[in-house]
Amino acid sequence: MSSLTSANATTVIEVRTAPHLHSGRSVVQIMSNVVYALLPMCIYSVWLFGISAALLIATTTGACVLIEHWCCRLSGRESSINDLSVAITGMLLGLTLPPGLPLWMAVVGAFIAVAPGKMLFGGLGFNVFNPALVGRAFLQAAFPVAITSYTPAQALHRFTEFIPTTLTIPFLKAAPLKDWIAKVRIDGFTGATPLMLQKFEHVTTDTWSLFLGTRAGSSGETSAVLILIGGVYLIARKMMDWRIPVAMLLGALVTGGAYYLSNPAKYPSPLFVLFSGGLMLGAFFMATDPVASPVTPRGMWIYGILMGLITVLIRFEGGLAEGVMYAILLGNALSPLIDRLTQPRTYGEGKRMFGKEAISTK
Amino acid sequence: MSLLEFFTGKHLDRGLHVPEHKDLTSGLPIRRMPFAPMLVVPLSQHAGAPAIPLVREGQEVVRGEPIAKAGGFVSVPMHSPATGRVVKIALAPSARGDLSTAIYIEPYRAASQEILYGAPQDIDRMTPEEIVQAVQNTGVVGLGGAAFPTHVKLKVPEGKKIDTVVVNGCECEPYLTTDHRVMLEQPDAVLHGARIAMRALGAAKAVIGVEDNKMDAVEVLRRAIDSSAARTDRSITVESVPAKYPQGAEKMLVKVLLGREVPSRGLPADVGLAVFNVATLAQIGELLPVRQGLIERVVTVTGPGVRKPGNYLIALGTPLRWALEQADCSDQVSSVILGGPMMGPAVGSLEIPITKGVTGILVLTHKEVNGHSRIYPCIHCAACVDVCPIHLNPSHLGLLARKDRYEEMETEYHLMDCFECACCSYICPSHIPLVQYFRIAKQMNRERKARA
Repeated sequence: MSSLTSANATTVIEVRTAPHLHSGRSVVQIMSNVVYALLPMCIYSVWLFGISAALLIATTTGACVLIEHWCCRLSGRESSINDLSVAITGMLLGLTLPPGLPLWMAVVGAFIAVAPGKMLFGGLGFNVFNPALVGRAFLQAAFPVAITSYTPAQALHRFTEFIPTTLTIPFLKAAPLKDWIAKVRIDGFTGATPLMLQKFEHVTTDTWSLFLGTRAGSSGETSAVLILIGGVYLIARKMMDWRIPVAMLLGALVTGGAYYLSNPAKYPSPLFVLFSGGLMLGAFFMATDPVASPVTPRGMWIYGILMGLITVLIRFEGGLAEGVMYAILLGNALSPLIDRLTQPRTYGEGKRMFGKEAISTK
Repeated sequence: MSLLEFFTGKHLDRGLHVPEHKDLTSGLPIRRMPFAPMLVVPLSQHAGAPAIPLVREGQEVVRGEPIAKAGGFVSVPMHSPATGRVVKIALAPSARGDLSTAIYIEPYRAASQEILYGAPQDIDRMTPEEIVQAVQNTGVVGLGGAAFPTHVKLKVPEGKKIDTVVVNGCECEPYLTTDHRVMLEQPDAVLHGARIAMRALGAAKAVIGVEDNKMDAVEVLRRAIDSSAARTDRSITVESVPAKYPQGAEKMLVKVLLGREVPSRGLPADVGLAVFNVATLAQIGELLPVRQGLIERVVTVTGPGVRKPGNYLIALGTPLRWALEQADCSDQVSSVILGGPMMGPAVGSLEIPITKGVTGILVLTHKEVNGHSRIYPCIHCAACVDVCPIHLNPSHLGLLARKDRYEEMETEYHLMDCFECACCSYICPSHIPLVQYFRIAKQMNRERKARA
């Protein structure tokens, strides 16, 4: 017989609010899957650029985690490093920097990314911009030479020697890379990224090597195929929204296509636009940062297409070779506004235009 | 949305697939539960004014006898669930958490418990007004959980016309199989009830919407329609819709079945519809011809915490403790929920009686509800926006609620359209109790308006 019948039974039932079931999804689960998705890119980066890339990614990740931990202690709250979001910031920062960047600069970037870029706003969920890109934007402004000094892929002795600039002592001038590049490069590879070659020397890299990633560039941005695999994995597990990367790539493809059709001699093919630079990495892993992107379905499309458009405009019309970073930061800044203007029409509500109810049903 | 749903057309475009757990009880026939030693019949088991007692302490009552009369038009009478003696009229705990007045009846052990009240009446010769009155006399309210007096919905609002009666056989809440069993075992009563509703409302058609996880019920209902007297009668149809939560919400079902949208804060009558739960119509179909009152209902007693789950026909007023003992409740009970796990409240006392709106008793053990998961900040992942069936922005509403900006939630972000299906809370990876925030916000707004 049930224990409820016995006179001295003290069955304690708890009052809680519905729903009493949960999907089982959690923030930590999502974040750890993003880390898994980024790992292949990190490994490939080490294969391509050697121990300098390994040290760079380890430094940015470690520094970001430590800085977040320190910020939490400073503000007297529980450390939030266990939610893994800061580890992603660190990995992404490392993946977007040139492999030979002096490590002390990487630490400065990590500090800017986490302390003012994330924790000052209130930590996870409150940052306006993608923290990794905030850090990178600071480095771009502060060290314009170092952040555009790329080294060739598959350099000789890359698993035994550091790139000379990696271990630069803070605030001292970095060793010149030119002689070193001439010494270690294997035929055909220079330190210039495909975008630089295209923009400044009018040499177009072939699409296949762009897709596979055997080229110079930021440590993690080179292999379109690995980024795609990581992105598709996250989308399939419903941990990333497919609309943003698709919209951003579509925006870049269409804008790039329009330029190409207007003057095929001057502008590269749309596929080159798609697979070169940091577009793939940005579209799949930066623009999709949920915190700084819109939540409405229409908003996601607008946000993505806008970023793709701006990326191409900066590349073709601006002074920089690459524009993904600024395009995403601009998109981040606009996303609250986009959200506000694209509130979906609710069930049973009259037709509406631009967020305002135009015709009432009553 | 699966490809199949996309091509077949009729489907719920938002919402969720929640694990169903219906196989625990869906195959078990309805069985009667013995009378508890004391039945507690609250005077307010329905939306609207409480009923007014007709009996006094110490009085003997017969099963089916009216013991309380309706306290107004939006109110229903109560009938004695058993032959016995009125012990007292006193306060009793309710699922809402407060105490409410109830009639305590001690059933006579030796009584035959025959229903001696009632007399046949010819519904075909009654006017719609007479049907409304007769339905009110049965005490039937929405048995799908809302407990809104059914006769009120059978009266066509002034200036409106009802063309179709929608019969809700979705039962989208996990674990519950009450409506499923009623459709399987009482298909003729369901159809009869639907015809009575059509007559009262002057509606030409009725459509029964059933989720496709209950195809056996669809078959049974279709066969019942074919074998009914009016073989050529094509006024009642049965449609299956792809199972998805919260399709059983009437606003969702009418959109899926008929493509009509009930206006914000409006009623189905605004778009020419009246929606009834299958079990409600089955009761009307059974009780109205014999002029009897609602004294018992089918309740799914289920969950990992009971060893004898089943679909029980339980006398109204049976305390939860008795029902759980009959279903052999384990001692690992953690929560007892009235209704389904998505929307049902967890009760704070086992002395709470089963009322007309109780569809199920779900008993969860410590294993299902382990501890309190940590709440993370909103990461704006938009999962809640993607599942909200009303197309609200729960993420933003949640942030506003945290800042106590309740008024803005109502005026700018359609808070009052939320019917608390809890999809947002279910999916949220940050474990933010969004729907609870919204309940609080609505209550705060109500209190503010009451003060003003």
